[in-house]
Order: sequence, then C-alpha cells, then structure tokens
Amino acid sequence: MDKLLPRLPFADWIDDGVDWLVGTFGSLFDGISGFLSGIVEGSVEWLSVVPSILLAFLFSLLAWFISTRRIALFSFIGFLFIDYLGYWYPMLQMLALVITSVFFAIIIGVPIGIWGSQKAGVRKVVNPILDLMQTMPAFVYLLPAIFFFNIGVVPGVVASVIFSMPPTIRLTMLGIEQVPKDLIEATEAFGSTTWQRLGKVQIPLAKPTIMAGVNQSIMLSLSMVVIASMVGAPGLGEEVYRAVTQLKTGVGFETGLAIVIVAIILDRITQHAGKKKQGGTIL
Amino acid sequence: MSDQITKKKIEVKNTTKIFGRNSKRAAQLLKEGKTKSEILKATSATVGVNNANFEVYEGEIFVIMGLSGSGKSTLVRMLNRLIDPTIGTILLDGEDIVSMNKEQLRVVRRKKIGMVFQNFALFPHKTILENTEYGLEIQKVSKAERQAKAKESLKLVGLAGYENQYPNQLSGGMQQRVGLARALANGPDILLMDEAFSALDPLIRKDMQDELLQLHNDMGKTIIFITHDLDEALRIGDRIALMKDGEIVQVGTPEEILMSPSNEYVERFVEDVDLAKVLTAGHIMKKADTVQVDRGPRVALRLMKRLRISSIYVVDKRNRLLGAVTAQDAVLAAESGKSLEEILVSDVPMFPADTILTELFDVVSTATIPVAVIDDAERLQGIIIRGALIGALSGDEQFINNDGTVSFAQNNGSIEANNESLESEVETIG
Repeated sequence: MDKLLPRLPFADWIDDGVDWLVGTFGSLFDGISGFLSGIVEGSVEWLSVVPSILLAFLFSLLAWFISTRRIALFSFIGFLFIDYLGYWYPMLQMLALVITSVFFAIIIGVPIGIWGSQKAGVRKVVNPILDLMQTMPAFVYLLPAIFFFNIGVVPGVVASVIFSMPPTIRLTMLGIEQVPKDLIEATEAFGSTTWQRLGKVQIPLAKPTIMAGVNQSIMLSLSMVVIASMVGAPGLGEEVYRAVTQLKTGVGFETGLAIVIVAIILDRITQHAGKKKQGGTIL
Repeated sequence: MSDQITKKKIEVKNTTKIFGRNSKRAAQLLKEGKTKSEILKATSATVGVNNANFEVYEGEIFVIMGLSGSGKSTLVRMLNRLIDPTIGTILLDGEDIVSMNKEQLRVVRRKKIGMVFQNFALFPHKTILENTEYGLEIQKVSKAERQAKAKESLKLVGLAGYENQYPNQLSGGMQQRVGLARALANGPDILLMDEAFSALDPLIRKDMQDELLQLHNDMGKTIIFITHDLDEALRIGDRIALMKDGEIVQVGTPEEILMSPSNEYVERFVEDVDLAKVLTAGHIMKKADTVQVDRGPRVALRLMKRLRISSIYVVDKRNRLLGAVTAQDAVLAAESGKSLEEILVSDVPMFPADTILTELFDVVSTATIPVAVIDDAERLQGIIIRGALIGALSGDEQFINNDGTVSFAQNNGSIEANNESLESEVETIG
C-alpha cells in the first residue's frame, strides 16, 4: 500500500547527527572519557588497597554518623557477607560506578532543579526532556555512548547519569516550590536577594525533598549496573550478566543478592540523611 | 486625634491593583465606571483594589478593616510592593516607591518597613534567635551586633530566654511575638501587620493588642494594621479605613465611623458594635460643678442648693480633685465653723478619661455621687451621671462628646464666676 505521506528518515538523521558529533567533538569526548574512567578506576584502585574488613568497618562508621546504629550494624554485616561470598572487588567496582554517576547526577541535577524552580520558562523546557530521559529504554543510550566514549565503564557512567538524574531535578523543583508562600513573602518583605531567599530559607526547607530525589537517583543508578555491564562496565552487574548468559542460576542469585544488600544500605543511609537534624520542619 | 502637627508618613494616591492578564483593558473599564463583576465578566481580570486614596500620619495606628476579599491584604502588600500596583503612586516619606528599582526597594524593605504576618511565617528550621536576626543577617550585620539587637527585640516582646527554641515548640501567641520581634529588630519606622492577631484565640488576642498599644506608646512607630475584626479595629486604631469590594468606603477615627457612618454599608457594619467597649468616660462625661477648697462650707451649701444636688466636688486652685462634701456635712460644718478641708471625703470614685464604659458600670451603679473623671495630674475633667451612661449606650448622640473631651477653659471660667457671685451673695446674707 502506498503511503499517504513519505516516511521521514528520523533514524538516518539521528545516525548522521551522532556521526557529526563524534567527528567534530571527538577529542572533547576522549577527554571526558579519560576523566571519568580516571575517577572510577582510580577510586577502585585506592579502595581495593584497604583490607576489606577495615573498609567495611569504615563504611559502617560513616553509616552510623549519617544515620542510626542499627543501619550501621546492618552495613557492617552486609559488607562482610559480600566479602565472604567473594564479590568484594566487583562490589567496589559497582560502588565506584554508582557513586560517580550519582555524584554527577547531583551536581548537574540540583542546579537545574533550582533554576527550574525559579523560572517557569525553564520548567517548561526541562519537564518534557525529563519525561524523555526517564521513559526512553535505557539500552538506547548505550549505543551512542559507545560511539562517543568507547566500551568500558564510561558509557555505563554516562547512561547511568542520564537515567538517574530526573528524580533529583524533579524533587529539587518540587521541594523548593513547596516552601509555604508566606515564608517566601517574609523573606521578600525583609529585603532578601534571590540568593538569600534560596540559600537561607528555600533550599534548607527543601532539603528533605531534595534528599528523597537523591535517594531515588541512587536506586535508579543501581538498577542500571547490569545494563551498563553490557557495554563493558565491570562490577557486580557484569557478574550477574555473565551468570545469566551462562545459565548459572545459583551464581545469578548470589550476585543479585549482593546488589540488593548494597542497595538497601545506600537507601537507608540516604533516607536518614534527609530527615536528620532538623529543628523543625514545615509539617 | 490630637491636633499636634503630624507629618504624612505614607500617601497612597489613586492606587489600583488588577489581577489577571487583561489588566490594562480592565483598568480602562474601571475608569468608565464598570463594577467589579462586570469587569470580571468582560476581561476575566479581578479588581483587587480600586482607586485607593489615603494618608497615614507619622506615629499613628492606621487600621485597614474589611471582610475577606475586600482587598485589604492586597492594599497592605502594595505598601512594600510585595504586590505591584497596576496604577497609582505610593509615597513613603515623600518618595514614590512604585517607581523604585529593585535595589532601592530592597533598601526600603530592609530599613524602613517591617512586616508581621497572619500565620506568623516564622522559619521552621531556624531558632527563635535566628528568626529574629533574619532581617539583620541579610543586611550582613556582624553576628555579635545582630544577636545583641535580636535579643533586645525579643526582650521587648517578653520572650527573653526562648532564644534557642524552635518555632514549633512555642504557642501561637508566642510565635506571633517572635514575628513582632523579628519585624522590630531591623528598627523600621513603619510596621505592617497583616491580620497579625487573627489566628490567635480571643484572650491572647486581647493581651497582644494591649502589648502592641504599649509598644506603640513607647516606640512611636507608624503602624498599619489589617484586620477583619471591627472590635479590634476600634480598640487599637487611631484612624480606620473601611474597605468593601476593593474600595475604601470611609476613613475616620473610631468615633467618626461609629457615630457618622458615611453610607449604608458602614452603618450596617457598625450597628452591632458594643458601644460600651468603644466609648470612654471622656465621651459621656459632662462638665462638673465644683467648689474651691478655700471657700467656706456656706458657699458649698449655697451652690448645692442652687444646683439641686446633694454633694459637690472640691478642687484646689489648679482644679485638682481633692474630694467631695455632702450637703449634710456642710450644714454641720457651717454651724460648728469648720473649714471645707476638714469635712471633705477624699475616697471618691474617680477614673481616667480613657476608661471604657464596661469598666464603669459597676461603680456608676453603686456610687452615691456621680463618678469623677480625672486627667494624669488628677485634675477634674468632668463627671459621669447614670443617665448619660445609659443614654450613650443606646446610641443617643446628645450624650456623647464627639471629640472625647469637654471644653475645660470655658467650664472652669463659669464655675469660677459662679463661685464669685455666690460668695458675695453669702456675705450679704451673713
């Protein structure tokens, strides 16, 4: 059947666009790639020097400092269990990938969220892009990421950043917008500048909501580790991927369980970071 | 209002606020005399405030009063431009704030105007001290200085010792004191109070009103107070602006509003007011007949006979109230040759002129002689007779002195003359 309209070659356009970007900005991407892999691999090297039991202890101390003793205890036992299963090094690789991704998701996402909360125009542009980032199947990011950054950990980091950033942006906007109107009026009535209003009142009050966004970003980033392993990112995700392709059900569960333990630890710690040390909240 | 020379602190001229997109067209329609609802229909714009004109004098409490939706909150927010007027001029110390740029406006907000909010609007994540410091903190005042000022300001509102608490640990009344302290800490000339006491329960509200009046007395700030409560308006306002549907219906002193409402709306509004809580002793007193203490009992007796009263107030040369004598005592004294000073009863009921009528009922109903009204120096201003009290409560204007005072010079003169002529009369008889 003849088509009424000629089919537009979207796919070709995107391919051309990617080619053009790679051709034009190749050296820039190489630079970014070197930088990111340096961070991830460097931190894995450093962490793997420390004996696993000491590192587990340090992690749980950190957990105690940020959250509660119960969570600290769970963290310690959880890390030792992963070590016992023999996945300590892949776990460190995964942790480096996740933390790096989330770090970039935060330092890019929070400012965009703040900007969006102040300007309706920005919000109108950002929101549909966020929808796209979240609903586009994550595999699709991997292909261009390979073209730009080769295979390895870097395309994994980039795909994770893109996939995990939306909650941080959205909840930052939401948290700032939810600060009651009369508090905003009060800051204005005393003659605050925009930055004083944001820095002294809105952002501190939005902190629990922003932290909920960060927590969601961490969870999304963890959910990306298996996908990232398909482009060569090492870590627990790679172990899972290998177990699945080799039909090793037992190993698959073991490694999957290790990921779950890390996820629970990170989730509980960040949940507490949002709630803690508030003299009073809006509610 | 006293007739001392007063400076205009704020002048609002032809100021209109229209909310919505078609504000220009709506303003045009407004000029053509269309009503609020007609404009809403034609342009879907809402008229918040329609052509407001008024002045606020330095050091007065100016109350803007109206029901919800009357535009009073919008009006007060235009005074520090939390809301920008659509049209109009607002002069603050002669400077037009409508034409100010952001930086100038910020200076005005930081230095000249403090604001207190209905629901307190305290920052929940800051301590009471940090809340109070806020206005100074954003001006980059050094920590030591701003803390000192904030503490002073908290002391002023009776909250010393609560510095390290958080707002949610305090009761509503205390939270609003913090709101007040925060506004005062900057040392502004003008306080805007947007329904500041409306969220408090009645007893605490009354305490806060008293304290505000006290603070106002001590500090002499210009206060613009928004309320929907007529009793509150009458109680604290030097002058009141009454608003309806975005328009100012009447501006006047509480007495003017009550006694000569400018239209039916105001009349309906004030008809249920409890006059006993608004009118004061000064409003219903009438001039007193007195006798000077150095005259003899015979003069007093003669005066009482002529006026057909059974007792009379005794004053000194400066019209200071010393006490009263009864006709009975005067007769005895005249026979035994005692002076007035020896027989006068000094324990007489007396009240300052600003006592409200509710506080007089008890004494007036039981006193055997009319209640005396005195000023700060204990000079006799007038007396209150039962009939006047009842007449005033029924709203009968003939019993009410509109300016809250009676003319003393004339009063004293006539008494003086009275005494003179009587004295000669007594002498001729003697």
